[in-house]
Amino acid sequence: MEENLVKTCLHDRHVKLGALMSPFGGFDMPIQYKDIPTEHNAVRNNVGVFDVSHMGEVRISGEDAYRYVQHIFVNSVEGAADGQIFYGMMCYDNGGTVDDLLVYKVNDKEYFLVINASNIDKDVKWIFDHAEGFNVNIENQSPYYGELAVQGPKAEETLMRILNLPLDEIAFYNFKTFHIDGEDVIISRTGYTGEDGFEVYGSHEFTIRLWDKLIADGVQPCGLGCRDTLRFEVGLPLYGDELSADISPIEASLSMFVKLDKDEFIGKEALALQKAEGVKRRIVGIELEGNAIPRHGYPVEVNGEVVGEITTGYRSISTGKSVAMAMINKPYDKLGTEVEVRIRKKTFPGRVVKKRFYEKNYKK
Amino acid sequence: MKIIENIRYAESHEWVSLDGEIATVGITDYAQHALGDIVYVDMPEVGDEVTAGEDFGAVESVKAASDLYSPVSGEVVEINEALEEEPGLINQDAFANWIMKVKVSDPSELEDLLDAEAYAKICEE
Repeated sequence: MEENLVKTCLHDRHVKLGALMSPFGGFDMPIQYKDIPTEHNAVRNNVGVFDVSHMGEVRISGEDAYRYVQHIFVNSVEGAADGQIFYGMMCYDNGGTVDDLLVYKVNDKEYFLVINASNIDKDVKWIFDHAEGFNVNIENQSPYYGELAVQGPKAEETLMRILNLPLDEIAFYNFKTFHIDGEDVIISRTGYTGEDGFEVYGSHEFTIRLWDKLIADGVQPCGLGCRDTLRFEVGLPLYGDELSADISPIEASLSMFVKLDKDEFIGKEALALQKAEGVKRRIVGIELEGNAIPRHGYPVEVNGEVVGEITTGYRSISTGKSVAMAMINKPYDKLGTEVEVRIRKKTFPGRVVKKRFYEKNYKK
Repeated sequence: MKIIENIRYAESHEWVSLDGEIATVGITDYAQHALGDIVYVDMPEVGDEVTAGEDFGAVESVKAASDLYSPVSGEVVEINEALEEEPGLINQDAFANWIMKVKVSDPSELEDLLDAEAYAKICEE
């Protein structure tokens, strides 16, 4: 095992459950407990719990918190109610993506940012480095918080019963802070699976207690393996695959999260130019004929010429089809374009489709 | 973990059993267990030439693809078509559910491979 891997507060639980552990974003994380399809289907049809304590949390507070969040975030929190959550990105001046994140609005003077584990150090430095001239206090709270994602059509019923809290009052992409056992616990109706569900942020002690109660209740523990198959099927991006320092949100076909009508934000000029002139390539879906499985990095060809590459690919567990997201040069990104995906020594025919292979099932 | 006597093994976790000049090739029980649920087997075509130590296809779990390396050289004379529909057969019994049969060009290549005892040691490491 690699040295210096961080263990989440639930690491010994995972080991005891017999999880296959693997490094992810600098953490030693559970990939699967039983097998990926079982865990995937538990979330699609019932309920599953993920230890996502590796995710990073940064709290921004102070007089200029609103103005500062607007400065670093490409989406807009303008006019938001307290308790609302926004998905979006932080971008470089050239439009490349620093990270994708959730912004929780506590109030005008306080925001709670949830960032990717693999980017915590980079993001925290970026956030500090761009705070000059803003009266804000920035606190990296990642070491404090544990986080569980409880996901699936039975997530609400299960979590409400176990916590005895009115979680049905929390709307999609909203959160509430509850005082439980002497601490503040943040619960949001969010997730990364395309199903209804909640994400719960509390101390390590709280996180361990809640995990134990969920497992004792029969909730399926789910690893990062099915977290990836679930997010992929509903077309959600993963930083490192569909977004990166080299891939802008516009290229990732996520321009709906870029609010160019805002006064200013880092990357605005570059992104506005991309939007106005069009990008040379973008993320699309590809469906393959046959059973071969496209994987990250495999070339996509048209008439023997490479026109892009796969960013994520699987045999979809929910539909059984071989599908992928891919970064494709224009004009081959058009729906219905016939392409070939090179898989080892052979090529397999496919076509460009929408990058949503399974319909989301959110409770809105 | 199951290991069968009297057949040969490659360090890359393929097994081979020689009957006359026809070698039957598959992956080991250790390999199928390490891979998890197999959802696709990329097999060569009948008539393809394979070379000892070089890849001839792949087995794929949900998560990842693993290349297959031929333990022998020769011409592919048969593939296990049942695996096209039901790749998970390998998880059920990796030794019964072979992947390809090869008409070997040099039977002495098998002498370079491991016996059951030596392969078992590799798996323990």
